[in-house]
Amino acid sequence: MATLWVAMSFRPAKTLENSLCLFFEHYVGDRVLQMDTVTYKNELGQAYTITKFKYYISNIRLHRAGESDVAINEYYFLNEEEEPTKKISLQGLPSGIYTGIDFMIGVDSLHNCSGAQSGALDPINGMFWAWNSGYIFLKLEGSSPSSHSTGNRFEFHIGGYKPPYNCIRFVSLSFLQPLRLNGDHEVHLKTDIAEFFKDPETIDFSKISSVTDFHNAPMIADNYKDMFSVISIK
Amino acid sequence: MKINKTVVIYCIFLVSALLYGFAEENPYFQISKQDVELKIPKGFPKPKYKFKNNPLTPEVFILGRKLFYDPILSKDSTTSCASCHQRIAAFGHMDHALSHGINGLIGKRNVPALQNLIWQDAFMWDGGVNHLEVQPLSPITNPLEMDESIAHVISKLQRNNFYPEDFKKAFGDTLVSSERILKSLAQFTGLMISADSRYDRFINGTDTFSASEKKGLQLFRDKCAKCHEEPLFTDNTYRNNGLKPDTALKDLGRGVITGIESDNYKFKVPGLRNIERTSPYMHDGRFRNLKEVLNFYSDPKHFNSHAAVEMFEIGPLTEQDKQNLFAFLLTLTDKTFLYDRRFIDPFMK
Repeated sequence: MATLWVAMSFRPAKTLENSLCLFFEHYVGDRVLQMDTVTYKNELGQAYTITKFKYYISNIRLHRAGESDVAINEYYFLNEEEEPTKKISLQGLPSGIYTGIDFMIGVDSLHNCSGAQSGALDPINGMFWAWNSGYIFLKLEGSSPSSHSTGNRFEFHIGGYKPPYNCIRFVSLSFLQPLRLNGDHEVHLKTDIAEFFKDPETIDFSKISSVTDFHNAPMIADNYKDMFSVISIK
Repeated sequence: MKINKTVVIYCIFLVSALLYGFAEENPYFQISKQDVELKIPKGFPKPKYKFKNNPLTPEVFILGRKLFYDPILSKDSTTSCASCHQRIAAFGHMDHALSHGINGLIGKRNVPALQNLIWQDAFMWDGGVNHLEVQPLSPITNPLEMDESIAHVISKLQRNNFYPEDFKKAFGDTLVSSERILKSLAQFTGLMISADSRYDRFINGTDTFSASEKKGLQLFRDKCAKCHEEPLFTDNTYRNNGLKPDTALKDLGRGVITGIESDNYKFKVPGLRNIERTSPYMHDGRFRNLKEVLNFYSDPKHFNSHAAVEMFEIGPLTEQDKQNLFAFLLTLTDKTFLYDRRFIDPFMK
């Protein structure tokens, strides 16, 4: 249930019956992600497969032409293994011409320090570090013959909200063309795992196969902050 | 004869039922609304944890008490929070240098006492835990301690014959969730407040100190209180207290959490209340008694090369100084807290 905070100086007398559904579609490069079975290659030509991919999206802000932004104060936990989690349904939106979207990858500092929480932020989701309180923002696991870890595995658990290891990253995307919101609409977003392993830092699985605390985490976050793009708008 | 036998069995049943009923109603284990009132002791600062979003009620406290003492929270149902946090030791682990977990596993640090937790903004020797409510997740999931997942704890509690009813009493329905588990434990541990030692009574003018205790207090204020700040006896910071790092444990302390090199080998300044009961001492429990502690602090030649500057302001201490300090430290024993019936193991009833 999305809580809407319509940050505007005046409230237009328009009905809030519109919805926008965000579909996060997971890719590796131009291929739709297939976990476990399909082998991909990184920039160095090292083969790899993906076995786990989960992340938090929060602090969504929708931009409208000539009107104030619509802010959604809610946390979403997306998990490749659970299809419904990849669809974020934003209900009761004011009409207007929507031009783009901002969101945070991860959990903001306030929610990292708020004690026992439920829903997407329930520690039962396995995205909470107990020994160094805070949420894992993104989990990517898999294997590569190039990895020297047990079972040739790699695991990247990226999180941390405190400087100098802050891994909170913001994404800002423009819609390809402005969307006049009138009824139910969809935005399809691409989440490209290939971006995780490159730009600015090319990941060599023989050198880095495990990031599970602050070591190297901001570097990985800088890589994956560009993994989102808009595919289509309906 | 037959009737007599039936009567006897009936009587046994009746007596057992009465005894059971008595145990259930034993006022010693009852928790009233007054029992869960938060009273900020005179002279104490404002607490960091204010039970906001977690209103204190007897039922939630009782659930937290039961969970604290129940080994069901550990992987093999052998180890409870109270296994290492003993009431007689101000909820530290008497006579154990390092924490003990399931299967005889030994942890890396000394079990800290649990008291005045609502005045702490971070927990553990390294301050890695940032909120009282999420604190239990650390020992529950630590492979060297209870080695259990929170998801499995929830399913065990749901399948238990009694817990769903306990959750209903506490929260209105039988749902078992991590949030409810953690909040009830926070009520139980958050009310562990020690503020009625002889030291407190001396400060409040209701008790007197001997000459030695008075000298000890003065010495303490001159030499120790900069870090062990009254009335909590900690300033909630992390410092290198001069201990030479244990080569087997290789514990970087605060640095493990922050990743900042200058934080390596710093540990949380512990509060000293009930210190008489919380031996052994230091983050790795290396000192068996207070004499060893005072001997260590009395001479800078014991310190490592990165000891905090405050450490060098302590010594030298004469034998008389140490005796006076020792006498003062014993005044921090708070029998009101140590024998508070609210914190007794409810499974004893």
